[in-house]
Amino acid sequence: MDTDLFSLSWEPLDVQPVIDKVVDRNCGAIATFIGTVREMTHGKKTLKLEYEAYEPMAVKTLAQIGDEVEAKWPDTTVAVTHRLGTLGISDIAVIVAVSSPHRKAAYEANEYTMERIKEMVPIWKKEFWEDGTQWIGDQLETTSYDKEEKP
Amino acid sequence: MNEVLLFARIQDEVGQKSLEADLAGKSIKESKRWVEDNYEVSSLTRTMVAVNEEFAKDDDVIDEGDTVAFIPPVSGG
Repeated sequence: MDTDLFSLSWEPLDVQPVIDKVVDRNCGAIATFIGTVREMTHGKKTLKLEYEAYEPMAVKTLAQIGDEVEAKWPDTTVAVTHRLGTLGISDIAVIVAVSSPHRKAAYEANEYTMERIKEMVPIWKKEFWEDGTQWIGDQLETTSYDKEEKP
Repeated sequence: MNEVLLFARIQDEVGQKSLEADLAGKSIKESKRWVEDNYEVSSLTRTMVAVNEEFAKDDDVIDEGDTVAFIPPVSGG
C-alpha cells in the first residue's frame, strides 16, 4: 500500500489533490467524502474543534484500512487526508477519495473507509462548546468521557 | 524502560504527553492498572493500548524498550 495515499495535515484541506491521488485510467468512478465541522449538535453550539493524533500510528492505520478496502473491493484505490489542529465551522476535517472501475464499489468502499476511520484510527476531537470543552469519546458524538462507566 | 505515550483525555488528566516507566513483563491489562494506580486518571476500561504502533490484546506482554501508547476511544472523521 502506497503510504502517500494516507496523510495528516496541519493546514486547511483541499479536495482536488486527494482526488488526483486516486485517478486511474481504468477507473470509471471516483467517490469523494468530505467531512466538515458542524455548528449545532443536538442543540449544542460548537465554536471550534481541535484534532490531535498519534501521528505515525494514524498514518499506518489508515494504510491498513486501505489494504482492507483493496481486498474487499478489488481494483479500487483509496486516499485519505485528515486534518489536525484547530478548525472552525465548515472547515474540512477529512477527505476520503475512492476510485474504482464502476460506481457501486466506489460508494461502498468510501463508506466502509469512513466507518473504519471512526472505529480505529488514533485521532481525537476536542469540542469547544459555548459552555465548555470536551474530548469526544464515541462515534455517536453525544457521549463524553465523563459518562464513561467506572469499573 | 518503556516510553509511555498519552493522548486526549488521558493526556489532560495526567498533565503530560509521555512518561518513562518500567512496564517490561507486564501484560497490557496490568499496565492499564499500573497507570490507574499511579496517576489521577479515570477508568481505562475502554482505553486501547498500542505497542510499537500496533494495537495489542489484554494479555499481550510488554517487552523492554517497547513504546506503549494509551489510546482512548477515537473520534476522528
